[in-house]
Amino acid sequence: MKISIQINEGPYQHQASDTAYQFAKAAIERGHEIFRVFFYHDGVNNASRFTIPPQDDRNIVNQWAELGIKNANGEPELVVCVAAALRRGILDESEAIKNGIDCNNIHPAFRISGLGQLIEAGIQSDRLVVFGD
Amino acid sequence: MLHTVNKSSFERNSLKSCINTIDDTSVILLIEDGVISATKNINSSMIANLANQGRVYALQGDVEARGVSSKLVDNIKLVDYTGFVDLVVEHGTSVSWV
Repeated sequence: MKISIQINEGPYQHQASDTAYQFAKAAIERGHEIFRVFFYHDGVNNASRFTIPPQDDRNIVNQWAELGIKNANGEPELVVCVAAALRRGILDESEAIKNGIDCNNIHPAFRISGLGQLIEAGIQSDRLVVFGD
Repeated sequence: MLHTVNKSSFERNSLKSCINTIDDTSVILLIEDGVISATKNINSSMIANLANQGRVYALQGDVEARGVSSKLVDNIKLVDYTGFVDLVVEHGTSVSWV
């Protein structure tokens, strides 16, 4: 079955991203397909490659990246809402250049796109599960 | 339908709103702080009836993390994350009461 996930909260502050990760991992192990994970509102903070937790703590950003959720073209299907991301300082290379900022911080396993990707995930998937605060 | 509730009934009214809204075929999965509502407390009459009908689940990891395994309301069904996935698959549309 095709399952998509929406995450509305950032890492470490709320349990939402941890629960969603465990859910996604279990779904993949069960033989289901995670079609897309859409990071919205503070959830965009899950995509920062500048995240450095203490050595004895889980790295939530890398955990998501290691699930390797991609489409048939090899593009990441960990999708970050562009408007929510820019507000919170989550940038990819093109947004950084466009806005005159000298670096970017999105993890390469994620990509920035629009809200249409959430709607499309809802249409294309058999299930959409939301994790928030 | 599957309804997930992630807040204790002492913190928010989401469980009450959920119970007042759902139809007879829906089931509830308590996750995160929502598992506090799976324990015997002054609010537990809210879910006792649904639990007796076998329609209340709680996420085992969250129950254990909060140390409330021995205080659960009768007939609450414990599931792991795989069980969570199976509930999503089995019950169609899922609604998150956040």
